[in-house]
Amino acid sequence: MDEISVGRLADIPDGDYRIFAVEQLEVGIFRTGSKVLAYENVCPHAGGPVCQGKIFNKVEEIITSDKKSAGLRFGKARHIVCPWHGYEYDLATGCHPGDPSLRLTPVKVAVRNGQIYVSMPE
Amino acid sequence: MLTKTPRNSKNGKTAPRISELPKIDTATDTREILAHAAKEARQDNYFIVDVDAHVTETAFWPDIIDRMESDVYKQMARAFKGRGPAPGLLNSTPGMLYQDVFGRIPHQQRLGEDAPGGRTHKQVTLVQRAMDSLGIDYMVVFPTPMLVLGMHPQAEVEVVVGNAFNKWLTEEVLPQEPRMKAMLYLPFNHPEACVKAVEMYADNSSVIGYSVTSTRFRAVNHDSYMPLYSAIQATGKPLAFHSGFHWGDQSMQQCNRFISMHAISFVYYNIIHLTNWIINGMPERFPKLKVIWIESGLAWLPFIMQRLDSEYMMRSSEAPLLKRRPSEYIRDMYFSSQPLERSNLDLTEATFKAIKADTQLLFASDWPHWDFDLPNAITSLPFLDEQAKRNILGFNAAGLFNLEVPKHKMIGAKNGARTKKAPSREPVTV
Repeated sequence: MDEISVGRLADIPDGDYRIFAVEQLEVGIFRTGSKVLAYENVCPHAGGPVCQGKIFNKVEEIITSDKKSAGLRFGKARHIVCPWHGYEYDLATGCHPGDPSLRLTPVKVAVRNGQIYVSMPE
Repeated sequence: MLTKTPRNSKNGKTAPRISELPKIDTATDTREILAHAAKEARQDNYFIVDVDAHVTETAFWPDIIDRMESDVYKQMARAFKGRGPAPGLLNSTPGMLYQDVFGRIPHQQRLGEDAPGGRTHKQVTLVQRAMDSLGIDYMVVFPTPMLVLGMHPQAEVEVVVGNAFNKWLTEEVLPQEPRMKAMLYLPFNHPEACVKAVEMYADNSSVIGYSVTSTRFRAVNHDSYMPLYSAIQATGKPLAFHSGFHWGDQSMQQCNRFISMHAISFVYYNIIHLTNWIINGMPERFPKLKVIWIESGLAWLPFIMQRLDSEYMMRSSEAPLLKRRPSEYIRDMYFSSQPLERSNLDLTEATFKAIKADTQLLFASDWPHWDFDLPNAITSLPFLDEQAKRNILGFNAAGLFNLEVPKHKMIGAKNGARTKKAPSREPVTV
């Protein structure tokens, strides 16, 4: 499996992401602190450019002890949202919040000496 | 950060091609948004008619106002300018701005991309970019915010706005692109004005049918509409009922979330109109009038077919014009595919069988709206054979609307599809 450098970690601000086309592979690189995650830029729903979408924190509903709704809030989990139809995927797991079987395809990625390396699928 | 890597690296190996892709926002070019779809489209040679896509008429509202028939209404519409985002005289509906899921789907928010000015109308450029990306041969366009104009309390405003929109579309937009077609807006709250509109555009080849926006409280079987249906039937062009949503509707106000209201609303209006249409024997009164039901998906159809059949068999005296079961009339109607329900493919397959999708179903994208479908909504269905896919994607519509099919795309064409020259790929500028 070939490893290809797509650039420097320092060029992605913490919490941000960039998307690259490496030959035929389109890949989104998401940075959290010194860690990076990478997913193929293909939404499993309809093939949309999911990694080119926006990041939103997961919306949660606050339920009181007597089961009433106390409104909505943003949770901590961060979602990448496909710009075609709004399908959301948890960045940490790649899974849709309502159907974990629907998930982004992870791409192997590593950081060495400040460089980001993407492993090209066979 | 790398955006481009030289092809020859130090070790003599060819360096990989690397480029950076943009994040998508409201200024992103349609061709970039739909780049993945374009890749798919290049891999096949389907003839595709998109029977339901949309223009954004409010982006060109001053041009539409200019075409209003009355100076008084022109003045009224212009007086709204500068008093907020809602264009003058249009009734907006609660939730209209919820559609982009609060910024998550930028193309629904706004297509704010650059489009070269000059002789090609910006709306035409936007449609051409979408058609070429999706691999579509003909696109039938409808308005967007005007889908709720039927709820306007002033019938005369629907007439003024509807007529002005029709003029704008047929004078300024359609003549520039022969691949764009329209099913013109009928101001249905004013039956006589509808008849005038039908007659005015009967010979316009870009006008391939007429449409009623379903979001309204009017019984389609009312006697006042019989001259209208006669007039449409005489043109040989179909009549479409294009559904929509309205959160101001008291029934819909029970839904506290847009998702709930939107999911029900699009079916709700068409289910009522179709029921009235059948039970009052409209297919018997106008046997040559072809009817299309647009943007309600398909899952409601097995329900209403069975429900009406069951009740009809017990209460046939209330539907004396019927000579067959309701479901048999429904099977003669046409339906657009979007938004195609696919979460249970067994149910989808059964639905396709129930409505005779091979001959009656018409592909629709609904672009640029947030719940749009791509041609792969049809091509990826495992239970359809190749011929059925080609029929649904384009040949059924070609027969229904009498559209020319390019010779190289005639593979297996039936259903009245005719071939002549391919429609021009180049925009005709005026």
